[in-house]
Amino acid sequence: MNRQWWKILCVILLVYTVVLGLLGPVPALRQLQETIRNLYFHVCMWFGMMILFTISVIQSIKYLRSLDLNHDIRAKEYASTGILLGLLGYVTGAIWASYTWADPNNPAYASFGSIVREPKLIGAAMALLIYFAYFVLRSSITDIDKKARVSAVYNIFAYAMLFPSIWIIPRLLPSLHPGREGNPALNFNDIDARMRMVFYPAVIGWTLLGVWITSLKIRLSLLKEKKWLNA
Amino acid sequence: MRNKSSYILLISMALLSAFNGFAQEAQAAEMADTMRSNGKIYVVIAVILTILAGLILYLVRLDRKISKLEKGES
Repeated sequence: MNRQWWKILCVILLVYTVVLGLLGPVPALRQLQETIRNLYFHVCMWFGMMILFTISVIQSIKYLRSLDLNHDIRAKEYASTGILLGLLGYVTGAIWASYTWADPNNPAYASFGSIVREPKLIGAAMALLIYFAYFVLRSSITDIDKKARVSAVYNIFAYAMLFPSIWIIPRLLPSLHPGREGNPALNFNDIDARMRMVFYPAVIGWTLLGVWITSLKIRLSLLKEKKWLNA
Repeated sequence: MRNKSSYILLISMALLSAFNGFAQEAQAAEMADTMRSNGKIYVVIAVILTILAGLILYLVRLDRKISKLEKGES
């Protein structure tokens, strides 16, 4: 059996996502109109980020249990790809929001003011900054074992902070962002059945792409590590 | 080769879109063919698929280079 089958699956799912995502039927909503198709792209970035951060924290826990540096490298690379997807999710969300939330009757800066006050955006920015600090922390410790141990503990803290900052606080405050009352896109009652057929494969496809990129980065850093140890 | 099948998939995708382009020129008078219908959304799909194909080809090449490095190391 070919070990690379999931990479082919990733390509197939992404092509399916793009074609069906742009051509497939969507419910006609007054405010979102065609931008509802962003569900297959913007929302998938956040799902992918969450899955990659979960893998990262599992690797950190494994490192703390075994003190095997391979797990530390994995934790680092999964976190960095997770940040990449998170940043893409943030930027695409900003583009989407500026066309669906902005009030055409207000001057641009007033709409901007109400958008930057969004609790969901602030929470997401906080979560990403906490993960940036993970990399600052890593690069500030020179001793390899100490670096691995301290950053593994910090990674667990960072993962724990994800939940209040992107899941809990935004739901306690008034927000324009959808999904305050539950899990948007996961709830079987509020997502259109036709969209679900594209959305779930899209999440899997984008996450596999993230895992693919991460696996390359892990292999590269393992090679570097080996070279460094031999020299 | 491990990644041969994914290469073939991508190349056939690129060829398919190229053939679509030829078909367009052949019937220049007919403006309502596939690529020009539905608000030209198919053009957007072609652009996005090309970008996706480029990114994935890049990843496949990286994958192979790293595999080669790994073989050389051990």
